[in-house]
Amino acid sequence: MYQLDRVSKQFDGRIAAVDDLDLKVRRGEKLALIGPSGAGKTTLFRMLNLTIPPTSGVLLFDGLDVSRLSGRRLREVRRRIGTVYQQHNLVPRLPVIHNVLSGRLGGWSLWQALRSLIRPKEVELAYEALSQVGIPEKLYDRTETLSGGQQQRVAIARTLVQNPEVILADEPVSSVDPALAAGIVRLLIDLSEAHRKTLIMNLHSVDLALAHFPRVIGLKDGKISFDLPAAEVTDEHLAALYAASQAETGEEVPSLAELRPVRSCQPRPTS
Amino acid sequence: MRSFAPSAPASLALPARRSSYFPIVFSSLFLLTFLGSYKLAEVQPLLLFEAEGRRNILKFVAGMFPPDLSWNFLNLLGRPVLETIQISIMGTIVAVAIGFPLGLLATSSLTFKGILNERELAGSRPRAMLRKGSYLVARAVLSLFRTIPEFVWAFMFVRAVGLGPFPGVLAIGIAYAGMLGKVYSEILEHVNPGPQEALQATGASKLTIILYGLLPQALPNLVSYTLYRWECAVRASAILGFVGAGGIGQQLEISMRMFDFSQVITLVAILFVMVAGVDVLSARARRAILDRQRV
Repeated sequence: MYQLDRVSKQFDGRIAAVDDLDLKVRRGEKLALIGPSGAGKTTLFRMLNLTIPPTSGVLLFDGLDVSRLSGRRLREVRRRIGTVYQQHNLVPRLPVIHNVLSGRLGGWSLWQALRSLIRPKEVELAYEALSQVGIPEKLYDRTETLSGGQQQRVAIARTLVQNPEVILADEPVSSVDPALAAGIVRLLIDLSEAHRKTLIMNLHSVDLALAHFPRVIGLKDGKISFDLPAAEVTDEHLAALYAASQAETGEEVPSLAELRPVRSCQPRPTS
Repeated sequence: MRSFAPSAPASLALPARRSSYFPIVFSSLFLLTFLGSYKLAEVQPLLLFEAEGRRNILKFVAGMFPPDLSWNFLNLLGRPVLETIQISIMGTIVAVAIGFPLGLLATSSLTFKGILNERELAGSRPRAMLRKGSYLVARAVLSLFRTIPEFVWAFMFVRAVGLGPFPGVLAIGIAYAGMLGKVYSEILEHVNPGPQEALQATGASKLTIILYGLLPQALPNLVSYTLYRWECAVRASAILGFVGAGGIGQQLEISMRMFDFSQVITLVAILFVMVAGVDVLSARARRAILDRQRV
């Protein structure tokens, strides 16, 4: 699905956020990315969903070199990639239904989009998607009246309506109550299995990544620190992954023994 | 005093206090500007209290009473009052119609900057230049529109299309398009970009992103500012009659030129009621919108 060859991203005047990264993701694969804050996970995601271009290197999506695309052809590729964000990125003032249906905007003309704001099109589609994430009764509620976890479900429903081939979830549970986090991660995994989608998830929580994903990648300073099946990730791998941030912030290195029973959502608070 | 001294060991130095001369420099500049302006603008408050000034003021004020409330005069005013309101409404609509598209073009986060354009314009210098060019042109046009006062616009349009309310509509439309467009672009630039990024990532086009991600977030502020401008337009359209652009101002000018101060006071009172009424109306509308926002 994805093939990255020596991909780097530099923001002006600063060190590389993503540095010479090689990565292959097969169609239908489920993988988690973990790593300390500032490791370049979000930057990598923004390149994967074609929001920002790499500074150098080659990024192939489904065998397609996307670096030269623009306009309509760029939008067509973007439609095939769905993104769930940490901050939901919904429009708070709009009713839930419009936020869900905005996943269809890539396929609608301006005129259709405008008409749908007045009289929603494809209501059944939105209702179906909301049912799958478990909150069909919220269809006409104002989005800002929903709780954080419910809003994240709306964002997932938007991605379902978009019906992409790949789902990128960028720390989807960081702003959600820890008790609900595992549920949302599970939901995303189940949905992408049911619809045979590739799922790449960025996680702050090591234990969630190890518990739910067959493949786990550790990202540190813009480079891949390890890329292993979850069962083969050891304390040493994790210690190496979080070593620098420990020096910086004085945090303790999480060990598997500590993490597993706690089941906390954010073992590594950023501040 | 000693007791307040920090008891930390000498090795633990306080962070260096950054001193700056800016406040001093700026205050002295401000003072100089004030003194210079006072001199150059020939401010002479005492002139108001000299014998001749006092006599003129007295004549002016005494002439105002009793106000002219004769039926003949009031009957004359019905149309101009209505016309003034209509000029302000039409003028504001024209201003929105011109100012909104220009405002969109003058929003840098839409045309060439930020997350919505980073991918699109990467590696395509001509396109990036074109976008930046249209942004600069829109800004220039908007600032041209608003640097020329509506009074001057009205003067020019009266020459172009003749006397009557229409030049007033055009004058307000153009001058206010400049102000609306500028403020629209500032409002739009400060909208949370997150939802727009998300919509872009679904493959939505720029215009649908504006429709679903940008406008719903900015709408309360846009509407509230437009209503405020409408208020100003009522004031302005009352004055535009001075150059022959219709409305109550035309009558005001005639009465003033004829030194009929009893009519002037009536007109001023009517103007006051009108502006206050619009004030209340738009304040209500604005509060309703902003409250709805805070549900």
